[in-house]
Amino acid sequence: MNKFTLHTGIAAPMDRANIDTDMIIPKQFLKSIKRSGFGKNLFDELRYLDEGLPDQECTGRPLNEEFVLNQPRYQGSSVLLARENFGCGSSREHAPWALDDYGFRSVIAPSYAEIFYNNCFKNGLLPIVLTEEQVDQLFTEVAATEGYQLTIDLERQVVVTPSGEEMAFEIDGFRKHCLMNGLDDIGLTLQHADDIKAYEANRRKQAPWLFDAIK
Amino acid sequence: MAGKTLYDKLFESHLVRTNDDGSSLIYIDRQVLHEVTSPQAFEGLRIAGRQPWRIDANIATPDHNVPTTERSGGVDQIVDPVSKIQVKTLDANCDEFGILEFKMNDQNQGIVHVMAPEQGAVLPGCTAVCGDSHTATLGALGALAHGIGTSEVEHVLATQCLITKKMKNMLVKVDGKLGLGVTPKDVILHIIGVIGTAGGTGYAIEFGGQVFRDMSMEGRMTVSNMAIEAGARVGLVAVDQNTIDYFEGRPFAPKGEQWDAAVDAWKDLVSDADAVFDEVVEIDGAAIEPQVTWGTSPEMVVGVSAQVPNPDNETDQVKIDGINRALEYMGLSADQNITDIQLDRVFIGSCTNSRIEDLRDAAKVVEGRKVAGNIIQALVVPGSGLVKEQAEKEGLDKIFIEAGLEWRQPGCSMCLAMNPDKLGNGEHCASTSNRNFEGRQGFGGRTHLVSPAMAAAAAVTGHFIDVRELIEQ
Ligand code: SF4
Repeated sequence: MNKFTLHTGIAAPMDRANIDTDMIIPKQFLKSIKRSGFGKNLFDELRYLDEGLPDQECTGRPLNEEFVLNQPRYQGSSVLLARENFGCGSSREHAPWALDDYGFRSVIAPSYAEIFYNNCFKNGLLPIVLTEEQVDQLFTEVAATEGYQLTIDLERQVVVTPSGEEMAFEIDGFRKHCLMNGLDDIGLTLQHADDIKAYEANRRKQAPWLFDAIK
Repeated sequence: MAGKTLYDKLFESHLVRTNDDGSSLIYIDRQVLHEVTSPQAFEGLRIAGRQPWRIDANIATPDHNVPTTERSGGVDQIVDPVSKIQVKTLDANCDEFGILEFKMNDQNQGIVHVMAPEQGAVLPGCTAVCGDSHTATLGALGALAHGIGTSEVEHVLATQCLITKKMKNMLVKVDGKLGLGVTPKDVILHIIGVIGTAGGTGYAIEFGGQVFRDMSMEGRMTVSNMAIEAGARVGLVAVDQNTIDYFEGRPFAPKGEQWDAAVDAWKDLVSDADAVFDEVVEIDGAAIEPQVTWGTSPEMVVGVSAQVPNPDNETDQVKIDGINRALEYMGLSADQNITDIQLDRVFIGSCTNSRIEDLRDAAKVVEGRKVAGNIIQALVVPGSGLVKEQAEKEGLDKIFIEAGLEWRQPGCSMCLAMNPDKLGNGEHCASTSNRNFEGRQGFGGRTHLVSPAMAAAAAVTGHFIDVRELIEQ
């Protein structure tokens, strides 16, 4: 999992409440044997004018030019600005996978659906909660300035606007620790790599036939 | 201090550390991989830029999706695109990471739980995992084996450890001597009938008593395979001379001095005489008769001489509803004789019953007989290429073909119907597999779980019959 400490990137405004996970990544893409490559189908139904099919090459598909992520000024964006209850609906982990694969590192919204919120942390994506007023203000500023960038300082728990204004956010201490160190379940276990290695060395002595036999 | 159970010993000898939240990190000696539950795990590794912790702890083979008909054309010949992609992906992942894989047309390929012990890839005293719930099979070897999910497959690949919680101990003791025609499958079906599909939840079940001591390794695997059907993620049988003899000379088993050291270590893989189990169930082996499931859960099982249950004899409303629902799905009526159930297909195979002994049992029954006219299809699917080869050496394939059964290539086949082997809507099947859930063997399919001998008997008579009537003649 990617570490998250300090990130600066272009903000893209999705001015819509209750964006559900089916909108984020429609169900026809869940059959995949992969968990990467969902970025090209992120927001598929909003982003393209035709119907998206699994395993389809997306480069030639007709784009919905109106859609925010298709506008030239938001190319390369990595911070998604959204309205309340973001990520509601099905529990699919493909939603954070798709956002991450597209290139988003953080979402900023007034509230989230719980499962989506939890799934973000497992995948190195930082969901930030700000007040409705703060989110409103950010929407206004983004619209006014092309190339508008936000800086997210997880250590200090602040979102910094281009004018230097800081907006503080809350985050659970353990989750912050995991994100800052790039720790998912596997990462957490690997923190005990020395214990595992010590056990393994001993095991090799006790049961050498279990080592280097299968090749 | 009380002695230790076999499970306690295996768990403690693999404990790496206890986490702050009370869960434990245990070291995993072996991971067996197949095509259905591994692709996202490998993908996860790649995304995170991680390498497998230990390549030589892994072994792989495709089984769930492979066709069991002629397949010399290789993977490209697989018709279903999703199946083809899964098998190809396993091949590519194993090649990329250098993991030993027995590919589809390798002589050693087979159902994971048949291949792993047969190769000596999983040994007594090991911890073993596989992304498949029937990994409990391997407990028959005196190994601690867990079925796990895809995220855990990735976790074990990356860390060689599993996060788990210690289970409680249950002893299922079956003493006495099994009657003629009564097989390990009948024993485990009967046990599930007694303790129920949730009876073992939270426990590691050790199968003990005279019946298991007398039982072959193949038979023990059949029993432990279905521990999960009694709710237990782990089944176990103590190591004895049978176990040791079984492993001698297997490809990945220790040789020479290491063999002697291993045998020494394995001798301790039994529960101490003064070990205390949280729960003990005792069953009289001599009283077990050939079993047949009539419903849609493995606990819905009776002896072949019995009748389909009548909900009017029950008082518990949940049970009454369950029986009614199952009767409707299965198209059976209360009090109907089990021997009056007419069958459409027969499936002899799956990780429960596709080993050489199973095939011998079935062949003995069909030899010199013909598949009944009402049977649309009777499949025999060996559990691995090696089982197939051995069976052919013994001429079992000819006996089956002569009798009108189909002799197939190894794989999971009609156990879960991920490949083209399926039941039609409403069809009744005498199956040696392990799950009779609604739709498991095909949409609307009606599965009756039985032993290989009973399935063979059903094939030649067209309905269920006490196999003892055929072998005693
Ligand atoms: S034979 Fe059936 S139960 Fe066994 S591994 Fe294959 S699908 Fe699973």
